[in-house]
Amino acid sequence: MIELRRKLLKGGSAALIAPWLGTGLLLPGKVLAAEWNRNAFTARQATDALKAYGVTNATESRDIVINAPEIAENGAKVEIDISSNIPNTRSIAVFADKNPMPLCAALEFNGGALPYARVQLKLAETMRIRAVAKAGDGKFHVAYREIKVTTGGCGG
Amino acid sequence: MSDQIKIRAQIQGEITDLRILMQHPMETGQRKDEKGQTLPMHFIQTFSVLHNGKLLIDGQLNTSVSKNPLFTFKARGIKPGDKISVNWTDNNGAKRQDEITIA
Repeated sequence: MIELRRKLLKGGSAALIAPWLGTGLLLPGKVLAAEWNRNAFTARQATDALKAYGVTNATESRDIVINAPEIAENGAKVEIDISSNIPNTRSIAVFADKNPMPLCAALEFNGGALPYARVQLKLAETMRIRAVAKAGDGKFHVAYREIKVTTGGCGG
Repeated sequence: MSDQIKIRAQIQGEITDLRILMQHPMETGQRKDEKGQTLPMHFIQTFSVLHNGKLLIDGQLNTSVSKNPLFTFKARGIKPGDKISVNWTDNNGAKRQDEITIA
C-alpha cells in the first residue's frame, strides 16, 4: 500500500489510477478534474494571474500560433484560434492582459488531444492577448497577439 | 435546467475536429439589467471532454469566455462508433453532461 502511495505521489498517472475508478475508492470527479484555480482566475493584473497560474520564465516562441482577427467589431465574441507546435505541449492558457480578470481559459490536453483550441472571448478594449503553453519538461512558452476592439465586450 | 451541450465531430483522416457548443449565459457580474440591478456572475468554471470515457481535454474558464461559447478541439484516434462526452460545472454548482456516438 505504501508502495502504491509512493507511485501515486510520484507519477499520478491516469493509467495507474484507472483500475481504482470503479471501486469507489477514488471518485473520478475528484481525481481527474482539478479544482478551479480561483487565485489565478480572479487576479486583476496579468502579472499576478501568470504568477498564480504558476508561469515562471516563459520564453517567447514562434511555435505557438495565434490566429485572431486584427480588428474585432464586437468585443463580446472574439474568436481566437491557438495551436502549439512545441513538442509534448501539455496545456495552453489564454490571457487577455487588459480584461478586468486577465486569465480567460486554461486547457489541458490528454490522450489523443492535439494542443489546439479555438475559443470565443470577451475583450474589454483593444489589447494584447497572450497564449502560454506548458511543455512536458515543465517549461513555459508564450506568444502574443494584438487585437483591436471597436466595441468592448464586458459591460452594457 | 441547463441547456444541452451540442457536440459535433468531423473525422478528417487521422485527426478529428470536435466542435462543442456549451449553452450558458456566462454572466460577468458587471452587466446591469434594465432596472439598473447588477446581474450576478454566472459562468462555467470547469469542463471536460472524454473519448470513450478517457479524458481528452480538461478546461477551466473565466467570466471572460463568451456567452454560449463554441469551442473547437482536435484529437487523434477517434473512430466511428466511439463516444464523445462533455460535461461542465458552473460557479453555482449546476452541472450538465451530454454524449454523442460518432456516426
